[in-house]
Amino acid sequence: MSVLRTDSITMQFGGLTAVKEFSLELNKGEIIALIGPNGAGKTTAFNMITGVYKPTKGNVIFNDKNITGLKPDQITVLGVARTFQNIRLFKDLSVLDNVLIANHLRIKSNFMEAILKLPRYRREEKAMFEKSMNLLEKVGLADLKDEKSSSLPYGKQRRLEIARALATDPAVLLLDEPAAGMNPKETDDLTVFIKEIRDEFNLTIFMIEHHMQVVMGISNRIYVLDYGVTIAQGTPYEIQNNQRVIEAYLGVEENA
Amino acid sequence: MTLDLFLQHLTNGISLGSLYALIAIGYTMVYGILRLINFAHGDIFMMSVYFAFFGVATFGMPWYAAFLLAILLTGALGILVERTAYKPIREAPKISILISAIGASFLLENLATVIFGGRPKTFPQIELFTKMVDVGAVRIQMLTFMIPVITVALLIGLLYLINHTKSGMAMRAVSKDIETARLMGIDVNRTISFTFGIGSMLAAVGGIMWGLKFPSILPLMGVIPGLKCFIAAVIGGIGNIKGAVYGGFILGVGEIMLIAFLPELTGYRDAFAFILLIVILLFRPTGIMGEKISEKV
Amino acid sequence: MKRRNLILTAVFLLLSVIFLVYADNNFDSYIVRILNLCAIYTVLGLSMNLINGFTGLFSLGHAGFMAVGAYATAILTMSIETKQANFFLAPLISPLDKIVLPFLISLIIAGLIAVIVAYGIGAPALRLKGDYLAIATLGFAEIIRVVFTNTQRVTNGALGLKGIPSTTNLWWSFGIALFTVIVMISLINSSYGRAFKAIREDEIAAESMGINLFKHKVLSFMIGAFFAGVGGGLLGSLLGTIDPLMFRFFMTFNILLIIVLGGMGSISGTIISAFVITIATEWLRFLDEPIKLGFLTTPALPGLRMVVFSALLMVVVLFFRHGLMGTRELTWDMIFGFFNRKKPLTKGGTK
Repeated sequence: MSVLRTDSITMQFGGLTAVKEFSLELNKGEIIALIGPNGAGKTTAFNMITGVYKPTKGNVIFNDKNITGLKPDQITVLGVARTFQNIRLFKDLSVLDNVLIANHLRIKSNFMEAILKLPRYRREEKAMFEKSMNLLEKVGLADLKDEKSSSLPYGKQRRLEIARALATDPAVLLLDEPAAGMNPKETDDLTVFIKEIRDEFNLTIFMIEHHMQVVMGISNRIYVLDYGVTIAQGTPYEIQNNQRVIEAYLGVEENA
Repeated sequence: MTLDLFLQHLTNGISLGSLYALIAIGYTMVYGILRLINFAHGDIFMMSVYFAFFGVATFGMPWYAAFLLAILLTGALGILVERTAYKPIREAPKISILISAIGASFLLENLATVIFGGRPKTFPQIELFTKMVDVGAVRIQMLTFMIPVITVALLIGLLYLINHTKSGMAMRAVSKDIETARLMGIDVNRTISFTFGIGSMLAAVGGIMWGLKFPSILPLMGVIPGLKCFIAAVIGGIGNIKGAVYGGFILGVGEIMLIAFLPELTGYRDAFAFILLIVILLFRPTGIMGEKISEKV
Repeated sequence: MKRRNLILTAVFLLLSVIFLVYADNNFDSYIVRILNLCAIYTVLGLSMNLINGFTGLFSLGHAGFMAVGAYATAILTMSIETKQANFFLAPLISPLDKIVLPFLISLIIAGLIAVIVAYGIGAPALRLKGDYLAIATLGFAEIIRVVFTNTQRVTNGALGLKGIPSTTNLWWSFGIALFTVIVMISLINSSYGRAFKAIREDEIAAESMGINLFKHKVLSFMIGAFFAGVGGGLLGSLLGTIDPLMFRFFMTFNILLIIVLGGMGSISGTIISAFVITIATEWLRFLDEPIKLGFLTTPALPGLRMVVFSALLMVVVLFFRHGLMGTRELTWDMIFGFFNRKKPLTKGGTK
């Protein structure tokens, strides 16, 4: 069953086509990877799905609803959360606050109730706190909850970003290079962790990743972008043996 | 309204617009290179008028010498403001730089009040510029014609400087990307100072002509023209020099015409520019000639 | 630990009340007036800090909201006779010429009108960012001022309003300042406050966390405007006279100075800074007068005080960008921590 689908989305910046007719299908519970050389348009594809950019052409369909052109916050409310390639935590705020903020989108109390601390707000605040602490527990950051988020080491910042994205209660989670900058041990842990959260939170995961060990280890299917064009898709085995993919990564020997 | 009267208003509008354009260029150049509103630019403009005033009225210099000296001093002042208020925090968050700019602006205004006194002074009237000439049925000050001519001449010179000289190339490079420009061996600090100097000197030319046209001068006289010229720069597309000139003309002619056709709105004259600004920002935030800048995610 | 802090806060408040009673009865009117100004600038500083410091919106329109609040309060509280005396060029429009309301209700209405104006300004302007937002809000504030100068039958135009009932006293100003502090603390530490801070830290990330940027920016702007309006109303009533020139950009500059010095994003910093700046403004008044240095007397230099303040703003931004407090808050723990650190040999304190 398809959870998220894109129909030939294209993104043009002036004369440059960053992504051309990208068609994706994510089925419930899958882990799908998007790979390709630097500058292939992977993050642009993410940005179109999450509403940061509006595709020049094509549609993004989430749970049979056309979400093309919605704002990023609306898309997150519907259930698509993401992390960022170059980590975008709320740097000056505490680890806990970072996760609490991601709960705000489901709040029912209005700001007056919040200022006056009326019972409904108190209940919601308590629930947010408990949920956030659970998530921090899950990513192993519970004891660092009062630290400033920018003071965490790199790997932990990545985990915090994932916890924060999970706090928005997503159905689909988009991870932009989750293993970037991690050491081999952290990378191994991450592979296990991604599977765990997929199962525990009933997620469908779509990730951009360069680390082939991670990609080949956990992906059900892989899409390959090169210069904005989808040059291949298939199972890890198919991709590993695809001539065009090998050429895109290693270059072709012509008369160059 | 007769045709003669309309032409007179139009001439006045173009003349005022030219002054706005000269000041607006300074805003747009600095914004283009540092992405910063030089809040003090209006006050640098004000200082230039005082420099010229003291040269002629106090030191009895011949007007051309006094004006030239005032222009040079103003250029130096612009560089001084850049070195003290902006350079030390160039890497700081934008909000800090803007606050520093506001501080520099107030500092200049208040220093002027302390040193020059808060009472209006009368700018010397120089016969060559202020004599009246008859054109058809209308009598217009010589200056009204001279201002647009001088403005256009300076604009041509400036465009030549930017597009055909080495310093101009450095300016264009720095405005595209400071870091890369530095790696290419461009002296970024010198280029930025140069930009401030040129922008301030153009404002000084505008200031002197402003003084001749509106002879009552005050320490706070730079505030409203400063804001309006920034608006002119935004209307034209900030960062774009030709745009700033168009913006200046649109604002100057628009303002004069507003008063001419709807005299009952004269009290709202200063609000006109702001309303225009807000309309432009909402419907075409990059102005008439600006390029779109999008944030990288 | 928590209990100790609660007790200390209660003691501090009690001492403040005792001080105010004493001040009310014993201090001369000049000092009382300065204390009033301190409290009013606390309200104004906090309201601007909510918008600029906590939500990260660089708004320069504060004087506009204050003008709205000051005029609304003045017109609603002035007696019918005073109104007639003021509006001698053109009568005040009906029904305002007959309405006289109690001070508190007038202040609330003034705040609400400022909120409506803030919505009118914010809905278009808050789509802009950074310095564009700054210049647009500054423009709106100027437009408000120009409109007030020209609407003779509502604001009495350039003549301004005189004889505003001087209701503001220490109880009003400190009472409302305390109320503002409590509301701000509660708001900032709530889920909405966290959303504001998220917007300040990183708009793109905040939006990706499902925070509706526009809605929250407008909300912060409107809450800030409410308190700016109330502060303006208090100020008008304290001074007794208002005119459009009072609400030039200079007014916004004063409040900006307070929040920059105190720390953008710190409530306690704003309070401390509001007191420091207000008292310093009065204390430095001598700078504008002739100064006697032994047998030498310098001439009066009006404006010298403002030179000092502009230079102060620049020094703070250039060398102490985070102000007194940055985004931190002064807490009892911090005060004790400070003293403990000073005496490293005493190891009594339990954590």
